[in-house]
Amino acid sequence: MADNNLFTLRIITPDRVFYKGEVSMVEFNTTEGEIGVLKKHVPTTVIVSPGILTITEAEGTKEAALHAGFAEILQDEVVILAEVIEWPEEIDEERAEKAKERAEERLRSKTPETDILRAETALQRAMARIHVLK
Amino acid sequence: MASMRDIKRRKSSIQSTQQITKAMKLVSTVKLQRARQNAEKSDDYFRCMYSTVQSILARTRNLNHRFLQSGEKDRDAGGKKAVIVITSNRGLAGGYNSNVVKLITQGELANQDLCIYAIGKKGKDALGKSYEIKADYSDVIEEPVYADAMAISKEVLDAFAAGEISEIYLAYTAFKNTVVHVPTLLKLLPVEVNESSPADNTEQEGSIRQETSANQEASGEDKALMNFEPEDEEALDLIIPKYVTSLIYGGMVESVASENGARMQAMDSATSNAEEMISSLTLLYNRARQGSITQELTEIIAGANAIS
Repeated sequence: MADNNLFTLRIITPDRVFYKGEVSMVEFNTTEGEIGVLKKHVPTTVIVSPGILTITEAEGTKEAALHAGFAEILQDEVVILAEVIEWPEEIDEERAEKAKERAEERLRSKTPETDILRAETALQRAMARIHVLK
Repeated sequence: MASMRDIKRRKSSIQSTQQITKAMKLVSTVKLQRARQNAEKSDDYFRCMYSTVQSILARTRNLNHRFLQSGEKDRDAGGKKAVIVITSNRGLAGGYNSNVVKLITQGELANQDLCIYAIGKKGKDALGKSYEIKADYSDVIEEPVYADAMAISKEVLDAFAAGEISEIYLAYTAFKNTVVHVPTLLKLLPVEVNESSPADNTEQEGSIRQETSANQEASGEDKALMNFEPEDEEALDLIIPKYVTSLIYGGMVESVASENGARMQAMDSATSNAEEMISSLTLLYNRARQGSITQELTEIIAGANAIS
């Protein structure tokens, strides 16, 4: 494949530059659904929702759990401003499993006080973490 | 002339003070390096955040969004102005804390009805007498993490949405370099849509570094083409809290760097002042010692003369 399929991807968190490199495709979840971005995408700003981020590099793919933030997509560059993002090796599986159970439990035993939205995002987050590990 | 013993005692007390200031200087030098690294690492995030928010605002100039409306209406309804004040928990940092406090008591917000969200004990204590302290987050400044900034921004945004406060300001110390720290008052909400060119906005925004202007101009062409998913208004709802959070976090990391820089400077000058005092006291001590020897000799000679 020719090199001109590549574009720059930068993933920036408040404490570090999480990823920077030339990639051919990046996929992640947005509030409007799952998207995959290739080079020469229409300039768009999207809001991230919890899910798996898949980076396709020339040598292969990388995955990470992306939880919150937003992304600015330009024709030859994608910048993801992530508030929370983790590589698989940084995830504590046990903790994620527990968080998933807790969230499911909360959703099952719905009481008027339950913050459904919060429980749902917590569940999404835990599931994204677990999926990335597998 | 003070006795030899007095001078000696004074000298040793200054010497032990000097040891303390020297140690404090070393500690803050190390802390400064770490805080500075943190500030630099997070810099990228804020630059992107700022340019994105500005490019959205530039497109949506006439939008009547709740985060963009000026507080004029709300103020009549009794809404106060809120200030998030970032200071340190400890003193001995030269003018660091008092400069931030002065920004509020003497600046454009002087004599207004304010409520204070304090981050840092010193600011809370200094402002507590004359203003209402809404909340105190003094613990977070020891080790700022992004989650703390999120909690703080959530609270102020809730108060803003409920109409309790009409405007939100952030008072912090911008870290230019090791010796230059600028106390800065930044308006967080309502977000000001600047009519002027993006480069000028950068100047006003104090916290964002100089390079941003170049960055902004480069991205200028893309502005007209930018699409939003979801639509502008919804996107703003989600992005502006993130923007406020990132500014608060940025303020915290820069303030911590400035605090340690200010303390390092203050302790450095304290150490050299002590050095100066010690050397003048040494001179005084030697003179007193010489004086007492001369006096003893005179007495012995006089006594010997009297006998013979």
